[in-house]
Amino acid sequence: MSNFDYAAPTSLAQATALLEGAHGTARVLAGGTDLIVQLREHLRDADLVVNIKKIPELMELSYGSQLGLRLGASVPCYRIYEHAEILVAYPALADAARIVGGWQIQSRASVGGNLCNSSPAADTIPALIALGAQCVIAGPQGLREVPAESFCTAPGRNVLHKGEILATIVFAPPVPFSGSAYERFIPRNEMDIAVAGAGSWVKLSADGTTIEQARIGLAAVAPTPLFAAEASQWLAGKSATDKTFERAGEFARKAASPISDMRGTAEFRRHLAGVLTRRTLAKAVERARG
Amino acid sequence: MSKKVHVTTSVNHEPVEFLCEPRQSLLEVLRDTLRLTGAKEGCNNGNCGACTVIFSGVPVNSCLVLAVEAEGATVETVEGLADHGHLHPIQKCFLEGAALQCGVCTPGFLVAAKALLDHNPDPTEHDIRFGLANNLCRCTGYDKIVKAVQAAARELQSLAK
Amino acid sequence: MSHTDELYLGKTSYQVLGKRPVRHDGADKVTGKAVYAADVQLPNMAHGKIVRSPHAHARIKSIDVSEAVKIPGVFAVVTAADFPNLESRSEVMGEGGSVNLAHMAANCLAMGKVLYKGHPVAAVAAANVHLAEEAAAKIKVEYEVLPSVTWVLDAMKDDAPLLHEDLRTDSMGKKGDRPTNVALHLQFEKGNIAEGFQQADIVVEREFRTASVHQGYIEPHATVALWNEDNRLKIWASTQGAFNCRQQVAQLLQIPVSQCLVVPCEIGGGFGGKIAVYLEPVAALLSRKCGRPVKLVMQRNEVFEATGPTPGSFLRVKLGATKHGKLTAGEAWLAYDCGAFPGGVIAPGCMCVFSCYELPNARVDGFDVLDNKPKTQAYRAPGATQAAFACEQVIDELAEALGIDPLEFRLKNAASEGTRRVDGPVYPRVGLVECLHAAKNSDHWKSPLSGANRGRGIAAGFWFNIGLASSCSGSVHGDGIVTLVEGSTDIGGTRTSIAMQLAETLGIGAADVLPQVGDTDSVGFTFLTGGSRTTFATGLAAYKLGLDLQAQMQERAATIWECEPAAVEVKNGVYSRNGQSLTFKELAGKISELGLDPVVGRASVSPEGSTNAFGVHIADVEVDPETGKVTVLRYTAIQDAGKAVHPSYVEGQMQGGAVQGIGWALNEEYFFDRKDQMRNASFLDYRMPTCLDVPMIETIIVEVPNPSHPFGVRGVGETPIVAPPATIANAIHKATGVRMTVLPISPPALWKALSEKS
Repeated sequence: MSNFDYAAPTSLAQATALLEGAHGTARVLAGGTDLIVQLREHLRDADLVVNIKKIPELMELSYGSQLGLRLGASVPCYRIYEHAEILVAYPALADAARIVGGWQIQSRASVGGNLCNSSPAADTIPALIALGAQCVIAGPQGLREVPAESFCTAPGRNVLHKGEILATIVFAPPVPFSGSAYERFIPRNEMDIAVAGAGSWVKLSADGTTIEQARIGLAAVAPTPLFAAEASQWLAGKSATDKTFERAGEFARKAASPISDMRGTAEFRRHLAGVLTRRTLAKAVERARG
Repeated sequence: MSKKVHVTTSVNHEPVEFLCEPRQSLLEVLRDTLRLTGAKEGCNNGNCGACTVIFSGVPVNSCLVLAVEAEGATVETVEGLADHGHLHPIQKCFLEGAALQCGVCTPGFLVAAKALLDHNPDPTEHDIRFGLANNLCRCTGYDKIVKAVQAAARELQSLAK
Repeated sequence: MSHTDELYLGKTSYQVLGKRPVRHDGADKVTGKAVYAADVQLPNMAHGKIVRSPHAHARIKSIDVSEAVKIPGVFAVVTAADFPNLESRSEVMGEGGSVNLAHMAANCLAMGKVLYKGHPVAAVAAANVHLAEEAAAKIKVEYEVLPSVTWVLDAMKDDAPLLHEDLRTDSMGKKGDRPTNVALHLQFEKGNIAEGFQQADIVVEREFRTASVHQGYIEPHATVALWNEDNRLKIWASTQGAFNCRQQVAQLLQIPVSQCLVVPCEIGGGFGGKIAVYLEPVAALLSRKCGRPVKLVMQRNEVFEATGPTPGSFLRVKLGATKHGKLTAGEAWLAYDCGAFPGGVIAPGCMCVFSCYELPNARVDGFDVLDNKPKTQAYRAPGATQAAFACEQVIDELAEALGIDPLEFRLKNAASEGTRRVDGPVYPRVGLVECLHAAKNSDHWKSPLSGANRGRGIAAGFWFNIGLASSCSGSVHGDGIVTLVEGSTDIGGTRTSIAMQLAETLGIGAADVLPQVGDTDSVGFTFLTGGSRTTFATGLAAYKLGLDLQAQMQERAATIWECEPAAVEVKNGVYSRNGQSLTFKELAGKISELGLDPVVGRASVSPEGSTNAFGVHIADVEVDPETGKVTVLRYTAIQDAGKAVHPSYVEGQMQGGAVQGIGWALNEEYFFDRKDQMRNASFLDYRMPTCLDVPMIETIIVEVPNPSHPFGVRGVGETPIVAPPATIANAIHKATGVRMTVLPISPPALWKALSEKS
């Protein structure tokens, strides 16, 4: 690894100042499970590494049924799936947090870091998209918000400017008769990068028969994680049946524009986008029905 | 470019200080500076778990933690498992169950398994396999490792009574 | 060579063998104290880094180290020019085939050409590993990139890019005249296959392909070399054979073997991949240049790109049988790649392809083919897994076509004592039939399997195992403990199984023998740990050592009781004469007390022949037709161990080999891009099974005593990896109707095959 300077600020203001004023490249260190590998393999470089885990807001995890969920950007994944209320209120998020690498990775890796690494195959981002999460960005000019589906702009790239840092991911409070799920396909049972992934969120009618609203996010089938807008919009008003889920899967396949690489062919990924959309919709509906 | 950083931390319940460059991983410092060579380097990118240590109460791949991050944290390694010359039940069960062949993945498994059982004293087979999925073994096929963890769970539970 | 026929003592019960003592090195291994090569630290030690080719095939135009040597803290840089001038000489390398020294040196540091991505070109030693990495990045190499090839059949074509201009095909002893990538053509023949196929009522012929896979040991290669001021070279190595390592290093550096001392550290897995040296000669050259000890450790991507995977292969297998299910003829055409240098494992592949069956007529053609991949090495029963993947599926197809149960079909044709293999040897007493019966009677085979997309497969596997030289020595201490120094590096617990055999011979307990693995100065020549030879051959040496120690103990008792040694009776470790008796421990105490000559013994053996281990595996799988993912629901490994010295470690070999085979079957492969560079040189994308990917592996140990060992021991280490891919493929066929002839059977491949079928 090339040498770098290191700082561990204790406030957001300090952090943004360090990032903005850095000579050369400054990188944010959350869990480190992506960054340290990239520095070691010279895929990314850094003159300054800023450890943000000592900033209280970024390690904050607070949930209230009226307030929703405020997830600090460097909260490690294990704190999410060990949180009983999050399991019930935002199951797709817990599904995703539970499968980012193995336990040792989940002890450190954060959803915020997953988002900022901006891989098209990131497991947590489809869940964020499905759940309509908003990304709160802190910078020298103050705070701004960006919806999760707009955060990533290209493989490995996102909307953050120099000096900006993702501070918090905000989730609206859960509404009645809603449910969500995330599922990915990998060749083994753990430890792989998603070949394809789908996150679904639904709000059902009170009697549980009809989908009033739906949101579908897809991983690894496009240059960025995708909000499957057409599929999501089509679902509104449809009955919550297997046939509907199947049809939504077809829309998801249309939305996908995957590549072929060593983890999967384009054809296989496109097919999986449909399968996983169907499966996660079914699961989200099941959870919504309680 | 940068000078070495002075780090104060705790390793196996004892206060420890060291100097390191920011680019050095915790694994590297444990092995090369502190001479605790139990944690092994198998892949250096978090995929094999041979470097597992317990870092402020949670199991981590020490190859993916910068040594400077140990400031104010606690580190537990395989060297800290035995108590005054007495093997921890996990270590005993691994030996009695022949749950190691070449032994290089064993420290990582022992530390991860201890974390698992501290966290979940009565795990199912699936819980064990899920909890240890980040630890690769190429010699044993995992069968005897899982059985050793099950045996250790039973022994720890009976000791707790 | 020692005479080894009919050594079996025919004992029916044992005092020590068959028990499960805790291994002698256990405490160190579970407390992090065991010292592996990368754990070694010496004063003034420098750290090395290797500069490697980014290209799959290129001519080296120039190497400029001037920027690197200027950096403070950089102590030395070496290239191929630092090797002595080596004539082409052959070196036998265990089961990895043979290789000439010039090739071996060039594989350590490239000479003139680079032949695969990752091929070492230069090496640097510096004050720490980060500085070494920085210095390595400053070494400028100019390349002329050449076309490359990584698929074995493409490498055989007339217009293929050629790796070595001077290579000619050796075709059954005759040298060809054209430049080629085909190093060797072997042929074995038995009977008359034309007639044999005529007699068949049914003939099945299929083609198969397998991708390169790696042994995947968790410990990367590592070494520390110290070229001392007395000109002696000391090497701490992660190696399967200290003497084997010493021999290679001495030959490559052109120094007498005794000038080199190799200390075998604890080794974190080998499976055949830690027989050839890569780092040791380079570390030695660096150490000599800079006057410090030098540590060189590979990163994981270097292990994948630049050590010794097993061949990728193309196989065509044809078998004919009568309508009653009797095999009449077999024909196999095998092309195995060997990577950048000749000397791959095609021969054992050819020897094993039909090895499980009584086949009156057969012909096997095999080709050793170079391509732009790292030079292949042995991977646990080298070449046999690919061959079994092919043959066992054709067997299954024949059985299915004839409406015969696949297990019964195998029983009808199983090799047994007297069966002659296509390459010549006739089997002595072997245990395949017993393994098949054990499979038939197993709980697994008898349990019904129901549910959609589920299927059960069965396959057989064989590995011949080797003998060769082993030495050991031992001392009896005043408290009755025997210390044992043996020469077999311990990869999996063998020091205990060897100690157990000594204990059994002496009539004492396993805990009363303290084994250690000696370095090349302190123990006699011992061939490497591999070839499934260790428990067998070094155990045989331990047995002979036991006889030597026992004879000396008899002599001491005779001295005490003032009689002839022959008058002293020994039984179960008790020495007696005329109503007087002393246990081993008591006698040892008396020897010490009375100041008699200390009892120090030694033995060396070199058994010829094979111990012939057969195995049968059963797998239940479930296939997800929407994704092509295969889940292994249940797996049973059955194997003839002759006599299981320590059953837990025999089971461990069976389970470990089975899971390696499952990985090979379902997910593992070298993925090359269009520039013939490996894209997945990491445990992230080179997907080995995690513990969440496999079930418990049930084991059934069959014991058909090996006539050439006093306790009937057969080698067990390699056979377990032979059957699994075929077993899984046969199970998938039962589950889906699709026959997968390409390894790995990864989800996209299986999904595609299923979609095309429906």
